[in-house]
Amino acid sequence: MTASLLRFFRGRTASAPVARERLQILLAHERSLRGRPDLLELLREEILAVVSRHVVLDPDKVIVKMERGESVSTLEVDIELPNGFERIAAAG
Amino acid sequence: MAKVLVVTSGKGGVGKTTSTAALGAALAQSGEKVVVVDFDVGLRNLDLVMGAERRVVFDLINVVQGVAKLSQALIRDKRLENLWLLPASQTRDKDALTDEGVGSIIAELRTKFDWIICDSPAGIERGATLAMRYADEAVIVTNPEVSSVRDSDRIIGMLDSKTVKAEKGEQVKKHVLITRYDTARAARGEMLTIEDILEILATPLLGIIPESQDVLRASNVGSPVTLNNAASTPARAYTDAARRLMGETVAMLVPTARKGLMDRLLGRRAA
Repeated sequence: MTASLLRFFRGRTASAPVARERLQILLAHERSLRGRPDLLELLREEILAVVSRHVVLDPDKVIVKMERGESVSTLEVDIELPNGFERIAAAG
Repeated sequence: MAKVLVVTSGKGGVGKTTSTAALGAALAQSGEKVVVVDFDVGLRNLDLVMGAERRVVFDLINVVQGVAKLSQALIRDKRLENLWLLPASQTRDKDALTDEGVGSIIAELRTKFDWIICDSPAGIERGATLAMRYADEAVIVTNPEVSSVRDSDRIIGMLDSKTVKAEKGEQVKKHVLITRYDTARAARGEMLTIEDILEILATPLLGIIPESQDVLRASNVGSPVTLNNAASTPARAYTDAARRLMGETVAMLVPTARKGLMDRLLGRRAA
């Protein structure tokens, strides 16, 4: 009772409810992924394999990022190609 | 019947080693024969918190590799005759621990002790997975703070899938131990409450250890807090937690906040 009154008058300082809500959302998501292979890692490996068929790639230069939004999420694939990669591909 | 208990958390610095020492000593004081085992290979600290750092000759890795016998590596506590320590190695790298090696040591300890308490390293790597591998029960040490709660949730998932018990279709009995709890801050909405944490983790509560100077004081002098100042609030909370581990029903006391008059009048002070 006292606690909730205090919370009411000092709403600004009550950051714990925010913490609780963020945790609940995050953990619901993380629990749903548990035991499954890491999607980003899988995408990274398969994209790397496809591109490598045509271009010589440094595996460390393939970066896959995901940004989760409220309604849509974006997948960003950033592949750094060495200069002259077309020639390498043609030769191979 | 021996019980293997892992003290784990995922996150570092939440109080695993302190809790291992305090629970181990409290169980030993109740007459149980206890060994506390340090799994933090390379960064051992349980010896220091137990005040046995100058008595370490052989360690867990030496026993795994057959360099020393288990009886040579076990260190008997100077204060409690039925409390023992099996230290971790300071120098070897953590890959020296093997599943089979740990399994055979745990099996041997089971024949000699009532409680085998495994102090897990932080993280979810080899040391942490091997510390929980053979556990019958687990104490998940959690601070009322988002990153600690998230890591605890992850560890709970591992206890339910990566342990020998889980692989046999059984369950490791899990308990949450909340440490560094500050009732006043939780009441002011600045800190996750006990209810918040238990609701999120959906795991039974073993005890609530208040934030206290007594914990640091005890580790400074190398004594489990339950031995160093048995009357202190954290010591009593650990002793109650140990009794619950032994199956007793002990009322859960939420540590009370000590608020000064000025604090009450002025509301909160800067935290």
